Amino acid sequence: MNKQLHNDWSAYPDENGRFGQFGGRFVAETLMPNILALEEAYNKYKDDEDFKTEFSGLMTHYVGRPSPLYFAERLTEYYGGAKIYFKREELNHTGAHKINNCLGQILLAKRMGKTRIIAETGAGQHGVATATVCARFGLPCMVYMGAKDVERQSPNVFRMKLLGAEVNPVTSGTQTLKDAMNEALRDWVSNPHDTFYIIGTAAGPHPYPQMVRDFQSVIGKEAKEQILAAEGRLPDAVVACIGGGSNALGLFHPFLNEENVKIYGIEAAGLGLDTDKHAAAMAGGRPGVLHGNRTYLLQDDDGQILDAHSISAGLDYPGVGPELSFLKDTGRATYLSTTDDEALEAFQLCSRLEGILPALEPSHALARIGEIAKDIGKGGVVVLNISGRGDKDIFTIANAIGANIGG
Amino acid sequence: MPISRISKVFENAKAENRAALVLYTMAGDPTPELSANILEAVAEGGADIIEIGFPFSDPMADGISIQKAAIRALENKMTLKKTFDLVKDFRTKNQNTAIVLMGYLNPIESMGYTKFAQNCADCGVDGVIAVDAPPEEDMELRTGLKANDVALIRLATPTTDAHRLEKVVEDISGFVYYVSVAGVTGTKAIDTDAIKDKVGQVKDAAKLPVAIGFGIRTEEAAHNTAQLADGIVIGAALVDTIFNAYKDGNDCVKIAKDFATRMKNAAVKN
Repeated sequence: MNKQLHNDWSAYPDENGRFGQFGGRFVAETLMPNILALEEAYNKYKDDEDFKTEFSGLMTHYVGRPSPLYFAERLTEYYGGAKIYFKREELNHTGAHKINNCLGQILLAKRMGKTRIIAETGAGQHGVATATVCARFGLPCMVYMGAKDVERQSPNVFRMKLLGAEVNPVTSGTQTLKDAMNEALRDWVSNPHDTFYIIGTAAGPHPYPQMVRDFQSVIGKEAKEQILAAEGRLPDAVVACIGGGSNALGLFHPFLNEENVKIYGIEAAGLGLDTDKHAAAMAGGRPGVLHGNRTYLLQDDDGQILDAHSISAGLDYPGVGPELSFLKDTGRATYLSTTDDEALEAFQLCSRLEGILPALEPSHALARIGEIAKDIGKGGVVVLNISGRGDKDIFTIANAIGANIGG
Repeated sequence: MPISRISKVFENAKAENRAALVLYTMAGDPTPELSANILEAVAEGGADIIEIGFPFSDPMADGISIQKAAIRALENKMTLKKTFDLVKDFRTKNQNTAIVLMGYLNPIESMGYTKFAQNCADCGVDGVIAVDAPPEEDMELRTGLKANDVALIRLATPTTDAHRLEKVVEDISGFVYYVSVAGVTGTKAIDTDAIKDKVGQVKDAAKLPVAIGFGIRTEEAAHNTAQLADGIVIGAALVDTIFNAYKDGNDCVKIAKDFATRMKNAAVKN
């Protein structure tokens, strides 16, 4: 692997929003002016001192950053391999990494004079984070959420409503994250002038994959400083779960140019990669065009998008961010997968050994950490992103565990 | 033949002092068999161009009518390949009505751009609209179609400013599809007064016929829109009419034909 170490990974995307063949701006003409205006605004403000000051002030005092880098001592002992560190994104305000990106985007929306915010959500973490920043900045918020997800993530639905957002259950298609994104795009096409669409993952048309990655890169930048302080060296590997890819790229990106740091992304294998009930776009899909970008997708021979499945609503998406597809084809990242059952086991292990209830999403990464830590061996160091906390998943987990015991 | 077939129907309509009638129907809806009959019926009824939608699982620029039509078509196992078969059969009976395929990029990309363009030429498709392929992203499609003399038809919208308009009309043929409202298909009603100036700009820039679509549901709206444009496009209203007739056990093929005739008569210029 790492054939392209001469590559400067920070040079992507190119001016057309491409990461190699992936990415781009595959949207209806009605949205093209919006996408281009957003790109212009992002390029203008990302290096603007006022913007940066406001953003970092909120990250410190509102989100509670930096999030700790925690040495998971008992888990490390349990596996007996490399030292395992957790990047504690679940301790952020609202309980996940999603808030980092939402704050960045709403500051941009305010500067662009937009007066209405829309968002899509799967697990509800991005919906809650968007509703939170909308409350904080006094903008009306409409969250599109698949009807199936509304059901399995009811605590987050209620949280969004408490924060003043309107939650619109999407009953079209598979009633999950991809359909919520379709509906949000339809809203945006219908309200192109006043509305800002806060996309929650590092996917969608350019500049979203870049912008979301950049706002989330605070995760990896902090982790790098923190591991240097704790261990005096860079980690041997960084590990994160992959739905769309925002928590993964947030951690990975600042490490991409460090050629000795291995990159591991963990996809959701659902009931198994050999079934048609999984969400592993890179393991089981091929490149195609959906939601504004070219990327790996679960699709049939006719190019119809297939239903994804994962016990974790946040990973239940048939695609993946374009930059992750690029890291696959170039060999820079290694992708593994975790089934629903393995994620549940990892959830329980982490809860009991570390006293941390991780969300089901990072539980997928936790399920592979033992193998990775053993592979690297004693004396090594790995950093895993605990991207969210598990409180939102307790009903799902209770059902699943109950079923196992009863079965 | 393909691009010239499109030009010809606009010339004929102009000679008859009316706007060309462009009707949209989803391949495989309400059933694959009826879908074939509907193509013939709307052509007989008066459609100059038939836009045949090929279904996609995630039609993010479409309103509820065409979303549901796509779902029905997919349930009926309709594919892009079978859509080509439908056109091929139609062409054995009809050489004059222009056929434009309309849909999303992924089924095309999945088939392969070269193969898709060759299929268009072989089966008698005259033009293609890929909703989620703006000028910045349609190079492969454009190249393939050009090599096969098939028109690439792009959309201009209320949000397309003068600067973008130049890009939209560059390197296209057939006609320009002006989307009358910022929205998805079949939801907002057209406001002909509001779009008058914009349509004028598009006509000046394109030097091609301009057809206006989105939001035309009635004969009155068809008539008013016909005064502004070289063609009018009706989609969701026909899709709904056909499916409602089918659902109620009525003769949806005849109803589709009558719909085409009514709209053709409405599209006369004052």
